[in-house]
Amino acid sequence: MTPDQWIALFSGIVGGALRVGTPFLFVSLGECLTEKSGRINLGLEGVLVLSAMAAFGGAYLSGSPWVGVLAGALAGGLLAALHGALCSLKGVNDVATGIALMMLGTGLAFYLGKPLIQPQAPQIPAIALGLWSDSSAVRSALQVNMLLPLGLLLALVMGWAFKHTRYGLLLRMAGDSAHAARALGYSVATIRVIATTLGGMVAGLGGASLTLFYPGSWNEGISSGQGLIAVALVIFARWSPGRCIGAAALFGGAGAIGPALQSAGIGWGYHLFNTVPYVLTLVILVLTCKPGSVAQGSPGELSSAR
Amino acid sequence: MRDTLNNIGLPLLAIAAALALFGVFVSLSGVNPVDVWLLLFKGAFGDWFSWQNTLQRAAPLMLTALCVAVPARAGLVVIGGEGALVLGGLACAVAAQSLPLPEGPVGIAVICAAGALAGALWVALAGWLRQYRGINETISSLLLAYIAIGLFKHLVEGPLRDPLSLNKPATHSLPEGLLIGGMGGSDVHWGLALGVLACIGLALWMRWTASGFSVRVVGGNPRAAQLVGLPASRLILTACALGGAAAGLAGAVEVAAVHTNANVSLIAFYGYAGILVSFIARHHPLAIIPVAILFGGFGAAGSMLQRRLGLPDASVLVLQGIAFVLILASEALRGVDWKTRLTLFFRAAGPDPLPAGDQRS
Repeated sequence: MTPDQWIALFSGIVGGALRVGTPFLFVSLGECLTEKSGRINLGLEGVLVLSAMAAFGGAYLSGSPWVGVLAGALAGGLLAALHGALCSLKGVNDVATGIALMMLGTGLAFYLGKPLIQPQAPQIPAIALGLWSDSSAVRSALQVNMLLPLGLLLALVMGWAFKHTRYGLLLRMAGDSAHAARALGYSVATIRVIATTLGGMVAGLGGASLTLFYPGSWNEGISSGQGLIAVALVIFARWSPGRCIGAAALFGGAGAIGPALQSAGIGWGYHLFNTVPYVLTLVILVLTCKPGSVAQGSPGELSSAR
Repeated sequence: MRDTLNNIGLPLLAIAAALALFGVFVSLSGVNPVDVWLLLFKGAFGDWFSWQNTLQRAAPLMLTALCVAVPARAGLVVIGGEGALVLGGLACAVAAQSLPLPEGPVGIAVICAAGALAGALWVALAGWLRQYRGINETISSLLLAYIAIGLFKHLVEGPLRDPLSLNKPATHSLPEGLLIGGMGGSDVHWGLALGVLACIGLALWMRWTASGFSVRVVGGNPRAAQLVGLPASRLILTACALGGAAAGLAGAVEVAAVHTNANVSLIAFYGYAGILVSFIARHHPLAIIPVAILFGGFGAAGSMLQRRLGLPDASVLVLQGIAFVLILASEALRGVDWKTRLTLFFRAAGPDPLPAGDQRS
């Protein structure tokens, strides 16, 4: 490979880590918030697709990308609230509900998003971090989504709030010991519904960055399982919002290897390189999980960690 | 008795409610819901042509539903049937291409076995990761499904591609003698018989054999299984492998009876719809047969909705999503003591000696 190709490949991967990593960051933060309250939301995939559609539709109809972002967050919150409410019913399994919502969210998004496949919507403006460089590859790689700083801030605030605020402690108590929360007179179901809804809204921001920044259009293949990978990302980040940042960047970079190789002129194994995030997730799970013991740092009430 | 009533009544109620809600949903986009319901019925079960279409779609659904149901009986939630199906189809195409097979039933049996084997290994891997590495099987099976689809696309577009397939990459087509034909001159292929047989066979296995019973013990009460010394890991792996074999067989049948080669059309969400079918059937292999036919019918009617009423092709996905949500929600009604509830309700409605607001439940 020539030096130019190397630059293209490297900046492709870094750019991918920033672009593809942003939705990863939001969904993993959303999932982290949900799981901290003791519930798993596999339906985040549906939330992501639906909010991506809603964000695109909102931006297209109103002409403002920020209205779209808001629409995405609201749509994500609504679907997640349904998950939260369903799981509060007696005898309803949260894993199965997640699969159902994955189906429902995807179906609703495809159904309502049919007229949105052709048009163009106003995009979220980019922050140009690459102005110092002469290389066009580097410049285009460092066009950063304006939602990314928000996501980073959110991760830090969440990490702080879990430790130092009343609501953060309540949330963790509901997640670690429902009995303790009940004994103090709090409704565990209410806490979890609120956490799931807020988690859905955060994940909705991830959906918005899919359709309003990169790839920047609405189509039915918009999400390739980011919402599901989020579950593994949170395990990888050991339920810490701060570590979600690194995890999201790693997975974004891994997911960008295929397209980056293609842009550097290597077409071989495009689909194989696209499976790298999933393989990476599995490898991480193999390395971090031990039979017969719960994962380190996991909320005690989480059904998937038992 | 009340259990049976609950098991049959609640899903029926949920499906009816889902159809009603779906009607409301489509009427929002200006379509008459009555037209939709009639068309759903006609497109699914209206005439012999629709029945053939329905049954053709029901065959893979039965098999992918088994991929959820059998591990579920062993206490696992496996949702990666799509991966097993895709790899099963690929293995079937590869076997037909690379092995010197006799044409006719023997050759067909071999390629179907190849598909089943591939699926069995893939889902057993998820079971192995759970038992020996402590990884949640729901997540791992789903990740494995994505990996399988990536592998499939890579192989079909690369090393295994038939150079003659220009626009749509595909493997070499199966020779005429290895294709699965229709039953009794109809369009319904023998895959349906395989699906029904697999459902019946696995139901018998779980009901009447010691190993099947042990699997149910492991799933129902792991502690009891441990106390009587059942080999839990081996039983769970067996259940996963059997489920995976069913899904792999679904892929092989789809290739040998419908597509004639392995191409991306094989990725048609049968694996995910199978999850829904299995949950509605409460993971009971015999109940899977009618539920799969019902949902095969919805699938068949879907294209009709698109053509006649101009609804998006995703409307069936919406219907399935609503049905799944309501099925799960209906679980909450299971423990309800209807007799007492109704008595209380009527007493509250009629002249009530108790002051209002004193309805303790």
